[in-house]
Amino acid sequence: MTDALVNIPETATPGEIIEIKLLISHPMETGFRPRSDGSLVPRDIITSVRCLYGGETVLEVDLNPAISANPFLVFHLRADRSDEIALEWTDWGGVVHREARQITVA
Amino acid sequence: MTLTRRAAIAIGLGAPLVLLTRPALASPETMNAAIAEFTDGRSVQEGRITLDIPVLVENGNSVPMTVEVDSPMTPEDHVTEIAVFNERNPLPDVVRFRPSPALGLARFQTRIRLGDTQKITAIARLSDGTLWSAAMTVIVTAPACIES
Repeated sequence: MTDALVNIPETATPGEIIEIKLLISHPMETGFRPRSDGSLVPRDIITSVRCLYGGETVLEVDLNPAISANPFLVFHLRADRSDEIALEWTDWGGVVHREARQITVA
Repeated sequence: MTLTRRAAIAIGLGAPLVLLTRPALASPETMNAAIAEFTDGRSVQEGRITLDIPVLVENGNSVPMTVEVDSPMTPEDHVTEIAVFNERNPLPDVVRFRPSPALGLARFQTRIRLGDTQKITAIARLSDGTLWSAAMTVIVTAPACIES
């Protein structure tokens, strides 16, 4: 299981643009790094991140080896209803990790 | 032949160049090819998108980057995709964002790796099909990607 820090406000006023932060604990191994014997350390990266607001995809991000270890992402979302905000990310093995929070908009 | 002080210094200065031979790097040409694939031959205008990266970074392993597009993010007028390219890492693609108008603000922040001093290009595709770009050169004193 990947460790991640997810920062999503618990409350917002209608129409407020909130800030969402995600920090995933992951080496983001590029696949270009040589070992001492000259062979390359195999690539192991998070390939994509998705944000869903009430089940609807609002953002997709494609990651590449050029993203730093422990991928960090900050983006915004217009909070217009109380609903679930979920973050899903896919690792090199195709496993999808998910963190979800409930936001109350009033 | 005795090794003079001057020759020793010259060897010392030259050595890092030999040690720093790298695996196949992307080149400005591969970046341009990746950009051409993204833009699909359409013309790209400068402006509307801003790219914010420190001009001089010490550590290429973790470079903060913010990209923002001046867009109202309404269903009629919004950003559909932002792509960031580099010219000297092993691969030309850095990151792509595909926002929906629900975000309300087209501003994204992440941390990237830079294998060398190089030009970074960001291109935004808007819902009306137009393409907007921004580019900047970042000087890297300790590169990423290839150190063991």
